[in-house]
Amino acid sequence: MPESKSEPERNKRPGLLGRIGRSLLHSREASIVIAGLILVIYFQSTASAFLSPGNIANLAAYAATTAIIAAGEVLVVICGEIDLSVGQVYALAPFVMFYAHEAGAPYLLAIVLGLAVGIVVGLVNGIITVLLRIPSFITTLGTLFIINGFTLTISGGFPVQPQANPVIVTIFGGTPFSQIIWAIGVTLLFQFILVKTRWGLHTIATGGNLIGASEVGIKIARIKIGNFILCSVLGGLAGILDAFRISSVDPLAGGTDIMFMAIASSVIGGTLLTGGSGTIIGAFLGAVVLGILKDGFTLSGVSAYTFDMILGGAILLTMLVNVHLSRLRAAGGAK
Amino acid sequence: MSEDILRTEHVSKSFGRVTALRDVSICLKKGEVLGLLGDNGAGKSTLMKILTGFHKPTSGKIFFEGKEVELKSVSHARALGIEPVYQDLALINEINVYRNMFLQKELMWGGPLKILSDRVMRERAIEQLKAMGVNIPSVDVEISRLSGGQRQAIAVARSVYANAKVLLLDEPTAAMGVRESALILDVIRRLKDKADVSVIIVAHNYAHVFEVCDRVNLLQNGRITFDQMIKDTSVEELLNLVIHEMREAREQIKETRPG
Repeated sequence: MPESKSEPERNKRPGLLGRIGRSLLHSREASIVIAGLILVIYFQSTASAFLSPGNIANLAAYAATTAIIAAGEVLVVICGEIDLSVGQVYALAPFVMFYAHEAGAPYLLAIVLGLAVGIVVGLVNGIITVLLRIPSFITTLGTLFIINGFTLTISGGFPVQPQANPVIVTIFGGTPFSQIIWAIGVTLLFQFILVKTRWGLHTIATGGNLIGASEVGIKIARIKIGNFILCSVLGGLAGILDAFRISSVDPLAGGTDIMFMAIASSVIGGTLLTGGSGTIIGAFLGAVVLGILKDGFTLSGVSAYTFDMILGGAILLTMLVNVHLSRLRAAGGAK
Repeated sequence: MSEDILRTEHVSKSFGRVTALRDVSICLKKGEVLGLLGDNGAGKSTLMKILTGFHKPTSGKIFFEGKEVELKSVSHARALGIEPVYQDLALINEINVYRNMFLQKELMWGGPLKILSDRVMRERAIEQLKAMGVNIPSVDVEISRLSGGQRQAIAVARSVYANAKVLLLDEPTAAMGVRESALILDVIRRLKDKADVSVIIVAHNYAHVFEVCDRVNLLQNGRITFDQMIKDTSVEELLNLVIHEMREAREQIKETRPG
């Protein structure tokens, strides 16, 4: 047995430091962090207000909303689907919460009811996609318009002002950093679910090889529907947090804008639209980088029009870098 | 002779007016490796799908471990210990080797959270692969990094680990190079030496069947036309049989054609 000598060596579990080192070298997250740091240094040098506490709070709130939605979007994309309707759930959930409270429900219950809207929308998206076999792009395009119309109808197109007790407001987005704490919590929780639990493993398996996954007995319908629900609920949570932060609920808030931001964050963070691969932490970092870009350009006096061009360029650039880096990695690792 | 583990008696299968299998009786003995040869359209995959519980026979009986069984579904057959290894292998490219080996049979803790016990799964996967003589760079690499032969070996190892009593291998060496095929044939040979798993290999490649099988059955037009121990026959004999049959069929067409 000539190979017996190398066998234990080869299959030795790498030590903690080794693992951290390796994942730093290999992870897509590392390059996003570096890009983010460079941007921070650049914007701080052009506008000294960039790192002021007020601006950081602003930036954190913006990134947090996107990151929470992106966490759900990543799960849906990894299992091979896409959710375009999540931005509309962001707008609808706080209205449902507001009207539930108007109807006499205490705020905590009203929040739960607002999130329950996410469960219903996710269930509908999932069932139409999986059981009626409509591509999720079409399914969620349809529900996008339906929910938008529904929100405008029940609100009459006018914003409302939720007034909860200070404790609830403080916890749910009312203080400067409560929202980013939620975002970090959501990111860590769902990253854990993705890489360490059976749900995450089956989500990756479903997106990686749909037929193979069902052949080994994975309930792919359950996985897909479940992830649609998680995505919609997170969309609702983001909407409710923003409602308390700006103490106003606008029926036209969120929508496709925030949905595309969430998808852009996921893609910048290394999630593949082809399914089977992605990270929640990457999407969080993607959201932070997008936040830095948007905020930095605003401070430097760059107009919103220019921002969109730069954003588009940034998405294409990160994708080019990602694709070619992973090709290089694959070539290096195969040796 | 040792006892039967899987046996069919007079199994026929029709799809509408098309008859795919006629009166097929095969018998797999415990610890045996049975090769099932036949050309495209001979009924090999129909027979396999009946044995995996995917199709139900139109008529005939199936016996497993001496008792008559009705295979209700693929999962029912798997619960009995009949494990199919599909041609696409049902491996997930984006997931590492040991997690693939435990897919849908994960070891977990944390109750409803279902947290994966990676350390234990990893160690058991290494043990299992070592016991079966499967040599791969590491159990931590993603499946996409492995060769076709290595993937096939892992799919087989996974089924054996799942306590398979009967392994149904669908074209295990199809589209593989010589070295790749040798790897998977070695794995099957090692299984045979241990004799706690019985195997049916469906194949095109006569040489591979003769290399690892104890017995060979030939399926032609939905019928078993040949059933011999490998040691009592040869590739030539089988080839002659197939070619003879083909020529005969051609003659018949000529005779029935007017002019």
